[in-house]
Amino acid sequence: MSTNRDIAILGVGMHPWGKWGRNFVEYGVKAARDAIADASVNWRDIRFVSGAATIRNGYPGQVAGATFAQALGWQGAQVNTSYAACASGSQALAAARSKILSGECEVALVVGADTTPKGFLKPAPGDRPDDPDWVRFRLGITNPTYFALYARRRIELYGDTPADFALVKVKNSEHGLENPNARYRKRFSAEDVAASAMLADPLRLMDVCAVSDGGAALVVSSLDYARRIGKAGAPRVAAISTVTPSFASELVEMPDIATDSAVACAPQSFRAALPKKAYEEAGIGPEDVSLAEVYDLSTALELDWIEDLQLCRRGEAARLVREGATRVGGRIPVNPSGGLACFGEAVPAQAIAQVCELTWQLRGQAGARQVANAKVGITANQGLFGHGSSVIVTC
Amino acid sequence: MMSAPVLDGWFTLDERPHLLGNRCRACGTYYFPKLSTGFCRNPDCDGEAFEDTPLSRTGTLWSFTNAVYQPPAPYVASEPFQPFGIGAVELEKEKMIVLGQLATGTELSSLKAGTPMELVLEPLDDGKLTWKWKVVR
Repeated sequence: MSTNRDIAILGVGMHPWGKWGRNFVEYGVKAARDAIADASVNWRDIRFVSGAATIRNGYPGQVAGATFAQALGWQGAQVNTSYAACASGSQALAAARSKILSGECEVALVVGADTTPKGFLKPAPGDRPDDPDWVRFRLGITNPTYFALYARRRIELYGDTPADFALVKVKNSEHGLENPNARYRKRFSAEDVAASAMLADPLRLMDVCAVSDGGAALVVSSLDYARRIGKAGAPRVAAISTVTPSFASELVEMPDIATDSAVACAPQSFRAALPKKAYEEAGIGPEDVSLAEVYDLSTALELDWIEDLQLCRRGEAARLVREGATRVGGRIPVNPSGGLACFGEAVPAQAIAQVCELTWQLRGQAGARQVANAKVGITANQGLFGHGSSVIVTC
Repeated sequence: MMSAPVLDGWFTLDERPHLLGNRCRACGTYYFPKLSTGFCRNPDCDGEAFEDTPLSRTGTLWSFTNAVYQPPAPYVASEPFQPFGIGAVELEKEKMIVLGQLATGTELSSLKAGTPMELVLEPLDDGKLTWKWKVVR
């Protein structure tokens, strides 16, 4: 296992997810202060503040690193802001790792937070036929359309059923019950899911995640610094994969209207490429993984991720869920935090929140949702415009 | 009188309509919508010359769904909102998958992956013409 390019996670913190309607800075600072306290470091000792941008909150959101640094109290640290859609938090973490591994700083803060609007996500106004996002909405193709096409494809290819998808929601709702940072902490049955309104066949309202307000933060450092402050045993970031897709795209990706043509290049799966690079970087394989936090924008998408992470063969994820293998207590727990099903998506905070969960799990501090003997955790997420990430945390 | 297309130059307006794309003269990669930057996106291709080409008007169904709730603007819905189907159709020659609404009246329960589909033109709720995928009879 590689160690010379690892960094230590000294502290983690989150502002609970919800629909609070307050300024995103408040969530980010709360999460950051918790992470700094958890790390037992002095704010003035943090020499790099790496923010994940929110594009929905004006100028302060676009310069999130500086916004959080000022709100915590300017103390002359260097700042950076990353935007990579759903992978913004991982990209901010990667920037912090580069600073640390290059020797430019020893300890850094990574923060992401968002305040989200009400209702469905919709495109910017105005007639823009050159913008694929405008085109697809003009034709009536929304975000759930893509999730539903992928879900139906599983039904057609593998014989998955809507009842299998519902099991994912049931499982995640049980995981999130005791998570103080989760927005939805209610047990849902398969009957509840089946009784919710059809949104985009075969997906019902309860198969698709909401958007939320929330904030998450990490304090990370060099291994040497961690040893010096008596935290040699802190969980470590062993890999951060933020690779782009490879031409030609295998799936129609949001917001596109078509795939690439695979006449000259074979089709490539973007989702599968993300953890592949992470495994290579960490020098481990899927057989080493104790738990995974994946981007369950829909219940069916969690099944796709399980296969992309190579936790089972293609087409077998539904069987894993039916057998209870992905529950806490099962062979390979997936989304012990409760996942997006219990959180809803707070874009710039979500990839960081996934790493917070792995950290608590690897420290054995996850309470009722604790995965026994957790040694290696992996995250995965994918967002718009060719962005995605996969992070591996080891102890 | 023929109604106006929702997107100018994206498809032909004849009885057997085609989507309009272009193709790299060097590596043969198709583009829909047309690539307008002038540089082929194949990472191994230096192509900068493209020819306009109609895409195959038939293919096989890759996946399908529907819109039960009214999509936000710029979608223009009738009152009351009428749910519609959406299909993803694989074109064999172009080796690409293209989305589109399903022809009015298509029953999702009659569909499965691999169903032969063809391109037709139908009006959207606001009367503008668009392409739709229809089961080949």
